[in-house]
Amino acid sequence: MVRRQVSIAVRMLLVMTLLTGVVYPALVTFVAQLVFPARAQGSLILRDGRVVGSELIGQHFTSPRYFWGRPSATSRPYDASASAGSNWGPLAPELRTAVASRVELLRASDPAQREPIPVDLVTASGSGLDPHISPASALWQAPRVARERGLSEARVRELVGQYSEPRTFGLLGQPRVNVLRLNLALDELR
Amino acid sequence: MSAVDGLELALYVGVLLALAWPLGTYMARVFGGERTWLSTIASPLERALYRAGGVDPSRAMNWKAYALAMLVFQGAGFALLYALQRMQSVLPLNPQALSDVPPHLAFNTAVSFVSNTNWQSYGGETTMSAFTQLVGLTVQNFVSAATGIAVLVALVRGFVGRTTEALGNFWVDLVRATVYVLLPLALVVALALVSQGVVQSLASAVTAATLEGGAPQPIALGLVASQVAIKQLGTNGGGFFNVNSAHPFENPTPLSNGIELLSILLLPAALCFTFGRLVKDLRQGWALLAAMLVMFVPLALFAIAAEHGAPPSVAGMEVDAMSSASSPGGNMEGKELRVGVAESALWAVATTAASNGSVNSMHDSFTPLGGLVPMFLMQLGEVVFGGVGSGLYGMALFALVAVFIAGLMVGRTPEYLGKKIGVFEMQMASVAILAPCAMVLIGTALACATDSGRASLQDRGPHGFSELLYAFSSASNNNGSAFAGLTAATDFYDALLGLAMLVGRYLVALPVLAIAGSLAAKKSVPTSPGTLATHDVLFVVLLVGVVLLVGALNFVPALALGPIVEHLRMH
Repeated sequence: MVRRQVSIAVRMLLVMTLLTGVVYPALVTFVAQLVFPARAQGSLILRDGRVVGSELIGQHFTSPRYFWGRPSATSRPYDASASAGSNWGPLAPELRTAVASRVELLRASDPAQREPIPVDLVTASGSGLDPHISPASALWQAPRVARERGLSEARVRELVGQYSEPRTFGLLGQPRVNVLRLNLALDELR
Repeated sequence: MSAVDGLELALYVGVLLALAWPLGTYMARVFGGERTWLSTIASPLERALYRAGGVDPSRAMNWKAYALAMLVFQGAGFALLYALQRMQSVLPLNPQALSDVPPHLAFNTAVSFVSNTNWQSYGGETTMSAFTQLVGLTVQNFVSAATGIAVLVALVRGFVGRTTEALGNFWVDLVRATVYVLLPLALVVALALVSQGVVQSLASAVTAATLEGGAPQPIALGLVASQVAIKQLGTNGGGFFNVNSAHPFENPTPLSNGIELLSILLLPAALCFTFGRLVKDLRQGWALLAAMLVMFVPLALFAIAAEHGAPPSVAGMEVDAMSSASSPGGNMEGKELRVGVAESALWAVATTAASNGSVNSMHDSFTPLGGLVPMFLMQLGEVVFGGVGSGLYGMALFALVAVFIAGLMVGRTPEYLGKKIGVFEMQMASVAILAPCAMVLIGTALACATDSGRASLQDRGPHGFSELLYAFSSASNNNGSAFAGLTAATDFYDALLGLAMLVGRYLVALPVLAIAGSLAAKKSVPTSPGTLATHDVLFVVLLVGVVLLVGALNFVPALALGPIVEHLRMH
């Protein structure tokens, strides 16, 4: 009985592998590439025919002329070939040190901005690739970006409003701003 | 906590039940061997699979033959998966030229995927080639879930059968679960996810010239959607990328988050209705589902509230952690902005209530009490929804214990679903309930007591202890999520956690099949006025009481040393 079951098991494993490991992903790939080609390829953003990023993957911004994204815990910030969170426990001294230095950096970037910093701007995202910041975090940075670019603060705030997405169906997720798309729009303003 | 959170949770449970009801009815037809609306397409495929495998679908098996078929099939799956990983450097579809997976990691991963745990002590995008992910991991995502359903269906036949040995045919249940249930669902979910931005690309990476023009940004791609769909539906949980569904390519929008969140509990909830239909008393299925919800909803609310609190790491700095219309607030370390605090906490509770183990936020960075909830849900033995099939057969074991305790109180022979519960059933149920508990505690103790165990900790003190307790709770109950601060890719952890996963899967599934065999051989006793009703509120309370009591007695001392001490230190 055992030998017969082993023979069935091996043959079943092979046909199941063919069905769920080859046919199924091939079918999904075929339909996905046909119906949602841009989505299936990573929602890439092209500028002058070159891939400048993905709509869904955050980018590391350090220049004061751009809006900055959330802190990233990947080994190089926003390394989209090896995603990672910090995994620090809530009471880890290392986490507190990291938060303190982020606060310091943001304060130094705009000493005139006296408002408290929104929490998402000083905490690392789960993936290290978060493409979004909260509208509050974008508005917090608006005076700096406006000054650096010689724009009126009202114009920059207006742009942030334009690029703020609400909760889906008014309920799911969080209100958010896509940092890369906002920065691309800033570059277009000239 | 806000009104939106409450509304979200209510919507979640409502939509879940609305989808689970028809699916449960459909699955009852599938496993009752009836024709369904999918039969036109699925039936020829089903027959082709039997022919290719050399299976005689009309042959019924007794419990030993059923268990043997399951073990042989999973053994073959383990061997194939191990071999694929060890040889991936010479196999096709390896554009990143990843090297062979080392033996201890290959062992751990093979056990992990075959046992429906999907514990991953490696980073997906940097360790496993596309070939390994497809031909090895995705396949086990399907068949390990199908095996869970098969064992559950065999148990149901044990309750329904009268003085028979026959529990059905393992190969038929395996094929029907895959062809009629998992494959169609996975196809629909995968395409829905692609529409949201989950990638499904033959290319393994693309390079972006960044806006600031510094170093270009390499972006990993792959056949992600097909794997994510089944890892959510099959309570597998093993992600394509290192950070699982926190990665924007695995979970790009609030809507994709909702779809994946529903997929976690869909089959475990639907199987309650299948169970009720197959035992010909829908109220029995409702009672088990009610017991699950009674534990799930308060724990979800508790975890959401905990995560809304300001994290101690920002205390005393000029940081605004209040939730508002334009800011999520709360403990955002390790969480994604598009998801926010509430849906991260809800996911953490759902993924550990079910033995899914996928994550959309880093559990290690949760507040102490927020992190306690997922740990406790796993320690309850993965019966609050639990794994596909395995959660419900685990809950049925607790139901046996509950009627046994009630029987002791009134001095009557305990009965469940018309079958007398005897010494053998109680012995088997005790083994199945206590073996994973023992494995959690012994494993954690060994890790604490040895240098190789402690060397892997990122955090010291109570949080380090929590990381260990979480790892063994996760592996021994086939969940697979992690407090990822623990470096688990070492000989020590790969071996010990691999053993824990084996205990958690097979020291439960085999006793369950033995119980099924023993019950099927018994006569059915007619209901009398003295029979304990197992579908009313009283029974639900009794059942919840038994589950919580066993969990609390086993784990409160350990939890007190980890998250509870940590919480007290926070204030």
